[in-house]
Amino acid sequence: MNVLLWVVYPYLAVAVLVGGTIWRYRYDKFGWTTRSSQLYESAILRWGSPLFHFGILMVLVGHIGGLLIPKSWTEAVGITEHLYHLGAVFIGTIAGLCTLIGMTILIVRRRLTGPVFAATTKNDKVMYLVLAFVIVLGLVATVRANIIGAGYDYRETVSPWLRSLFYFSPDPEQMAGVPNGFKIHIVGAFTLFAFWPFTRLVHAFSAPVGYLTRPYIVYRRRDSRPGLRPDRPGWDGPPKLPTDVPVKAKATRRG
Amino acid sequence: MRVMAQMSMVMNLDKCIGCHTCSVTCKQAWTNRSGVEYAWFNNVESRPGQGYPRTYQDQEKWQGGWVRTRTGRLKPRSGGRLKKLMTIFANPKMPAMADYYEPWTYDYEHLINAPAGDDTPVARPKSLLTGKDTKVTWSANWDDSLAGGNEIAAGDPVLRKLSDQVRQEYEKAFLFFLPRICEHCLNPSCVASCPSGAIYKREEDGIVLVDQDRCKGWRMCVTGCPYKKIYFNHRTGKAEKCTFCFPRIEIGQPTICSETCVGRLRYLGLMLYDADRVGKAAAVKDERALFDAQKSTFLDPHDPAVIAAAREAGIADDWITAAQRSPIWDLIMRFEVALPLHPEYRTMPMVWYIPPLSPVVDVLRDTGHDGEELGNLFGAVDALRIPVDYLAGLFTAGDPEPVTAVLQRLAAMRVHQRRINLGEDRDESIAAAVGMTGQQMDDMYRLLAIAKYEERYVIPAAHAEDAHRLEAQGSECSLNFEGGPGMGGSGPFGEASGTPAPVSVENFHIQRDRQTADTSAAPVDKESRVNLLSWDGRGRPDGLFPPRDDSASADDRDRP
Repeated sequence: MNVLLWVVYPYLAVAVLVGGTIWRYRYDKFGWTTRSSQLYESAILRWGSPLFHFGILMVLVGHIGGLLIPKSWTEAVGITEHLYHLGAVFIGTIAGLCTLIGMTILIVRRRLTGPVFAATTKNDKVMYLVLAFVIVLGLVATVRANIIGAGYDYRETVSPWLRSLFYFSPDPEQMAGVPNGFKIHIVGAFTLFAFWPFTRLVHAFSAPVGYLTRPYIVYRRRDSRPGLRPDRPGWDGPPKLPTDVPVKAKATRRG
Repeated sequence: MRVMAQMSMVMNLDKCIGCHTCSVTCKQAWTNRSGVEYAWFNNVESRPGQGYPRTYQDQEKWQGGWVRTRTGRLKPRSGGRLKKLMTIFANPKMPAMADYYEPWTYDYEHLINAPAGDDTPVARPKSLLTGKDTKVTWSANWDDSLAGGNEIAAGDPVLRKLSDQVRQEYEKAFLFFLPRICEHCLNPSCVASCPSGAIYKREEDGIVLVDQDRCKGWRMCVTGCPYKKIYFNHRTGKAEKCTFCFPRIEIGQPTICSETCVGRLRYLGLMLYDADRVGKAAAVKDERALFDAQKSTFLDPHDPAVIAAAREAGIADDWITAAQRSPIWDLIMRFEVALPLHPEYRTMPMVWYIPPLSPVVDVLRDTGHDGEELGNLFGAVDALRIPVDYLAGLFTAGDPEPVTAVLQRLAAMRVHQRRINLGEDRDESIAAAVGMTGQQMDDMYRLLAIAKYEERYVIPAAHAEDAHRLEAQGSECSLNFEGGPGMGGSGPFGEASGTPAPVSVENFHIQRDRQTADTSAAPVDKESRVNLLSWDGRGRPDGLFPPRDDSASADDRDRP
């Protein structure tokens, strides 16, 4: 059971995530979008969406800090367990609450605004369910263990286990003593990862950071292949198809 | 010098009767799909009026276009790259559906299905967003022809900039129509606003397009465009915009809005410009200098140095010839009667307008003056400050001088041409009074009033090698010239003999023949072969259906 849950399942989920994303990128670029509903409703979105997105970005940074960076590294630079714990719980709870409030606003908005609800697909609904499940459980596990409870140092168990997945020497034993709240959160998270490529969540993978360094105006040629006509004198007869250059169609759809 | 070619348009507003044919055919061609019901790539606005979307010209509110920074550089008015990314989760300056209008349909089915009763059944309006009952309160041309009167027209951002006194008099003064498409700017701020880099300007002809595969729906372009000519498809979650009908332009046909324009007021042609000069010209300090700055980027296609540089830049000779014959060049640079729409947005728009003189003539006629007399017209252009100031607010960042100059030229042309019409002697002094020659007057008259199809639309086809590549078979019959033995249709040994024509070529000829035919099914003088792609439901062309079996029973005939 341990092996199934903490070795097979995570690898399977990540495989689906990677494979699914590649598949979606190759065959459904047109469907790869945020499907923003701002056109329908803007006033509530202005609060809910930044709260949720900035919150979840902070949560992401927190997870990277807590799970991927070994405890020994942070201690080496002088961050004690107590200091880390304080910071993680404090910032983590704020970020989690932002995310939760933002998400609640967004889901309530989605349900109550007519046009937004009409534009919500079944896929969206399932995705919201899984996403909310993972976020709420993560928050509950943290609050139960660290604020109500005596504190739980997941960096001793969960983090090494997760890193062991990356080294391809999975160590499911680490997860044996982890509280159930964390366990469900983790399983839920991998479910979300597997579901990810098939939902609108893919838009997270196309975060436009390249915009920061790009020149403002973008020019494109219809085809990178050099034209025939500019250097063709009239007495050479009609233009001929080049035989050596492979014909490459460039995707320019209507816009 | 970096020579680039730009496919451009000029619209002669004097001739626009506000029939909306351009809008309708454009919609039929491009946006009669779900998700863009509310989008009109081409729309016709009544001026004064709020426009579509409402008050889009108020850039204090909508933050479109560019601003000049203190250091003399340009940045999008809605903020630079970092600010754009920070507001990506909820664009603070995006028009809502209500600023366009909520698209609707009618419950026509109810007319048929309603149970018998005392009242006549009505088709209720239904929202296309929610499918529920709705109330129709606004549309793309709700204030057409000043409908709604002062109340709505007073919301016109251009009018609001004029003084109050002007505003009240204005209602009596005039009304004109302003057809609008995407400006396909030389310095497009929508392109600059796109975080994904999905919007691009084509190097060959300057047409601005959205790559639908790269667009991720960040919707910053909607804010970036000061003309609000980028629309968010709310079903696909992608931005869409006027394409300048590039599939038609590429084969040398005019855009669908131009093709179907009843007033023949649109002109299409190439402009050569110096891409290196654009950035500097768009960043000149004085807003009123932008009009001249943009003109300074245009290159004279007759200048040998320009021709040489154009060849070096890979512009084909037939394109250079097209640029030399371009009606756009004539209207902007030779006759100097076309003006850009809102140059103060600093996007260097490339759809220009000839401001309307008819309101001035109308006022003269209504007040009992001779509307064709030069002195009267000049005096009226000067005296009627209101229309001139309003037009200046639209076309020259508020500078009345260029507008006055254009109206005077148009007035002089009227007077010059009246003399000729009445058989009087030519009077070169009329042309000289506006800095032109009589010959130029004649040429301008021919272009503006006679407006032959071939002179209005000078569109070089995209390069032949591309067309060949698109064909199913890269072959072309050398006898396939106009009237030649291979001219479409049947081969030497009857129908469908010889090498088959590539299907796209065949479709092109069939479509053209059907559009110009005056019988329904099998025109005598045209190619009569019809395939399923080109059959429009008219008539019963031979060969498309199996022959009717008259002996069969009626039941059999009804079977599909």
